[in-house]
Amino acid sequence: MALLEVKNLKTSFFTDAGEVKAVNDVSFTLERGKVLGIVGESGSGKSVTAYSIMQILAGAGKIIGGSIKLDGQELVGAGEKVMKNVRGNRISIIFQDPMTSLNPTYTIGKQLMEAILLHTNRNRKEAYDRAVEMLRLVNVNEPERRMNQYPFEFSGGMRQRVMIAMALACEPDILIADEPTTALDVTIQAQILELMGQLQEELGMAIIMITHDLGVVAQICDEVIVMYAGSICEQGTADEIFYNPCHEYTKGLMRSIPTADTAGTKLQPITGTPIDLLNMPKGCPFAPRCDNAMKICIDHRAERMVINENHSASCWMNVKKGVESGEIVLDTEGGDDNG
Amino acid sequence: MAENKPLIEVKDLKEYFRISTGMFTSKPLKAVDGVSFSINKGETLGLVGESGCGKTTVGRTLLHLYKPTGGEIYYDGKLIKSREDIKNFRKKATMVFQDPYSSLNPRMTVSDIIGEPLDVHKLTANKKERMERILELMDYVGLNSEHAARYAHEFSGGQRQRIGIARSLAVNPDFIVCDEPVSALDVSIQAQVINMFDELQEKLGLTYLFIAHDLLVVRHISDRIAVMYLGRMVELAPAAEIYDRPLHPYSKSLLSAVPVPDPKVARANKRIVLTGDIPSPLNAPSGCPFRTRCKYATEKCAETMPEFNEVSKGHFVACHRIGEIND
Repeated sequence: MALLEVKNLKTSFFTDAGEVKAVNDVSFTLERGKVLGIVGESGSGKSVTAYSIMQILAGAGKIIGGSIKLDGQELVGAGEKVMKNVRGNRISIIFQDPMTSLNPTYTIGKQLMEAILLHTNRNRKEAYDRAVEMLRLVNVNEPERRMNQYPFEFSGGMRQRVMIAMALACEPDILIADEPTTALDVTIQAQILELMGQLQEELGMAIIMITHDLGVVAQICDEVIVMYAGSICEQGTADEIFYNPCHEYTKGLMRSIPTADTAGTKLQPITGTPIDLLNMPKGCPFAPRCDNAMKICIDHRAERMVINENHSASCWMNVKKGVESGEIVLDTEGGDDNG
Repeated sequence: MAENKPLIEVKDLKEYFRISTGMFTSKPLKAVDGVSFSINKGETLGLVGESGCGKTTVGRTLLHLYKPTGGEIYYDGKLIKSREDIKNFRKKATMVFQDPYSSLNPRMTVSDIIGEPLDVHKLTANKKERMERILELMDYVGLNSEHAARYAHEFSGGQRQRIGIARSLAVNPDFIVCDEPVSALDVSIQAQVINMFDELQEKLGLTYLFIAHDLLVVRHISDRIAVMYLGRMVELAPAAEIYDRPLHPYSKSLLSAVPVPDPKVARANKRIVLTGDIPSPLNAPSGCPFRTRCKYATEKCAETMPEFNEVSKGHFVACHRIGEIND
């Protein structure tokens, strides 16, 4: 059984301007000990997917359909009591901004111990020892002295280490990392990614890595989900996504990144701006920005198409490609003039 | 396309901020400590380094947004000194800021934001001419004329950055300091804006100082790249050379830390992970500023500051052990 199974998840925000379908029919599974990357631009629904799993959506947000199963146990509609036991204990989350995620008025030690005391049966002395042990695990020097310091005495990278220590203190099965290195310098980012990879190996937990940086994905992810406008447009193993992208959006993203070969040439950006979730088109949400959009893309949203056992994508271009190469034979009489 | 004539020349630039350490005591924070470089006409110089290394301060001091503590700045061969010089210089040198959200006045319309430099420097004779110029600038950066009467909050991050760029072009400058202009943008939008910088450079013959922490972006856009660490320049070389053959131990680890968007390369990549954080510029180490994180550091590194020497044509490095650690 998969550790985490998300099926047809739908989360909406009910605003004065109307319903915003932030997550629209998202399904994926996460196996024990794997690193899953969720990539997308701002507003693509990647963070809301994570918040839905933790059920920490802000006031206007609501899960309106689908199921989230942790080790077979249904979490949607399970109630606060169950969720309190899941959060921090079974699934932990670290946020993007290590500057604001810590309470400035309490010492690092107190904040670390709070999580441990809340979720385990340890007494204060044991919790203190565990907190020191965790700080040592994430390579914070002189952990005993650091326990008595306040967040402002820590640098950005150090604070993110503290956040990781806090998230891992109760040995969760799943760690959700929401843009954990975006606010950090590359050298510190390298330290944190190295640390996460190492801890993942040692503790055997699964990680959901939410990021917009394809470099970070290439670095540590086994599997990748690409999201656009609240839906998954492509998912597969990291190698499949990077070397054989099968959705026009993913291809566009790959072309947008500057590399050694692009120096002195023009980049090929995706044209236009991300879609307004309040005015979703009828067909493929990416069609308005897609250079290869066909008639069918504007009218019909592509279903998930299986490329191979490790890879699926929702893009009509795959059908076009299949028809052209003769792999797909259209059975409708008279043919499909859209393809 | 860069000519071999320096448009901007900076000699031994210093910028110290006074930081109070008690009620009556203060200490200088050496944000920029003796930086020299030149930028040729039509060239893009990339400036990279970690946060707190002084790269933004270099850009701002260069435009005299901060009064330099020491050093000289030449524009087109002429030393900038008097108030008059500075005012004229600012007609030729402008800036694009990092944050497209806080760098635009929310109470001004787009046409007023772009038109403000025209008003300040009295560059247009009448209202009609002013409006024509504003629309021309908006056209340069790909904004529609119907956007002119709108306010900044009605735009997305990428479009706001276009407004900021149009404003910086208003005085018809030769030189633009771009301070992390694409850091706040999504990947797909980032590529659009980078291309726009390229096109504007070709069309208007602009010279850029491009400050960024994203090394992939900097490599793409720059002709030469300078690496800064703790207020000093540690390496300066042509873009391709610094990526293929970095010589300073700091440049090496900085470049190896860049996550490559290619899983196979990433798996094979041996990263040189630096330990620790950048030291506080208030207590900068003696000698070489990088020695506290450098695995090659010797006693000599603690005693004297290495000089910024040209080791091969156009490739400058400040490191005592340059010959021993690179073979």
